[in-house]
Amino acid sequence: MTYILSMLLSNIHGLILSEVAVSVRHALLALLSEEPKYGLQLREEFEAHTGEVWPLNVGQVYTTLQRLERDGLVAAVGDGDGEQPEHGPQKAYRITGAGRAELADWLRTVPDLSTPPRDDLVMKILIAVRVPGIDVHEVIQAHRRYLIELMQEWTRLKEDDDGADLSFALVVDSELFRLDSVVRWLDAAEGRLRRAAADGWTPALGTDGARTGVSLPRRRLGARR
Amino acid sequence: MSTSMGNKEQTVLELRSISKVYGKGAAEVQALRDVSISVARGEMVAVMGPSGSGKSSLLTIAGTLEEPTSGAVLINGEDVHAMSAGAKARVRRRTIGYVFQDFNLLPGLTAVENVALPLELDGTSMRRAYLAGLKALETLGLGDRARAFPDQLSGGERQRVAIARATVGERQLLLADEPSGALDSANGEGVMRLIHAACKRGVAAVVVTHDAQLASWADRVIFLRDGRLADQTAAPAGPESLLESPS
Repeated sequence: MTYILSMLLSNIHGLILSEVAVSVRHALLALLSEEPKYGLQLREEFEAHTGEVWPLNVGQVYTTLQRLERDGLVAAVGDGDGEQPEHGPQKAYRITGAGRAELADWLRTVPDLSTPPRDDLVMKILIAVRVPGIDVHEVIQAHRRYLIELMQEWTRLKEDDDGADLSFALVVDSELFRLDSVVRWLDAAEGRLRRAAADGWTPALGTDGARTGVSLPRRRLGARR
Repeated sequence: MSTSMGNKEQTVLELRSISKVYGKGAAEVQALRDVSISVARGEMVAVMGPSGSGKSSLLTIAGTLEEPTSGAVLINGEDVHAMSAGAKARVRRRTIGYVFQDFNLLPGLTAVENVALPLELDGTSMRRAYLAGLKALETLGLGDRARAFPDQLSGGERQRVAIARATVGERQLLLADEPSGALDSANGEGVMRLIHAACKRGVAAVVVTHDAQLASWADRVIFLRDGRLADQTAAPAGPESLLESPS
């Protein structure tokens, strides 16, 4: 139990934000691989290419460009190659050879999915199962309803767009499949809990950590790290 | 809780306190317990729930294919139980369209003949039924496949024919049980787009599915659990809410 709580309290958002930042970095490299571009232009194209689902502020674009420049992956146009920026104080950037190599490398690298993410909902269900007086099915249904309401909203967007914007359709599908997988997990969890209850399982038995499965993730996670 | 959109006269299907018991004594199974649902003209309602939750019973009772143990089924405000056998059969032929998981097309008839069949059974002349069938197929983009036999059609095409058959003529209520069957996700989405389009033309639809992606096409999703209406989604919030930029 303390393990679960410590997971809940850990900084989940830090992890997510850093992953998004990595993607922005490579998305900008990809846009610059077409031709040199200005910061503002990069922001507009990033949003257009991602179905305008992830807004990006221009400050984030410049910070990322500065880091890319520091790492030698992009260079300001006019720096040592004789070209001059066209738009006064605005800087245009081009991708370097190292930047192209980094981009190709990133696209081919599979993400590390071996460690289960710290999922708030999974934790919640694990906890709900053993808190006295809590109907875990009610907890499951509240989340299922919310997920399906979200899916309805995404589906309405898909329906309105009618597949005209390919990037957008891809993003919406990805979101729908992600939410769908959570609904399916809830369905499976509910079925499993019902069967367990029919077999005489009670939360009281669950205090025996070795038999509940709750300690299992700890062992697995421990082995990974 | 709004169980129907719009006013009362727009309600196509109303289930009032429906209960259904199968078997007797020790073998008794209560499939539905006091379920009330109404579906308005133009509305698509999805019914979700684990197997054994009563989804399919709900659909067969709504389709007048089975009588409830207690409660009333009203179609366009008329109590089905009070209808004569003939009147009930007419409602089945004229008002209600069914789509089943396995399509149920007759193999010896062409696509258009399959679609026209319910009209012909209802006494429409062969020529008029044929033209109406052709029109329904054209609406679903299958005009050029009208003379193909079911075994010459792909799974997606067969399902479109089944939907054309269920919506041909002036049908007002579409009942579908796992309508995407074994279709892949693109074809499953196609099926839901077609049902959705039928609703935009004013048809009321009830779609039973275990698939959340298909259910998310509905205006309202109803959850059954142990034969009871356990929960339902809120009214649509509008698509804008997802894409609001964090300011």
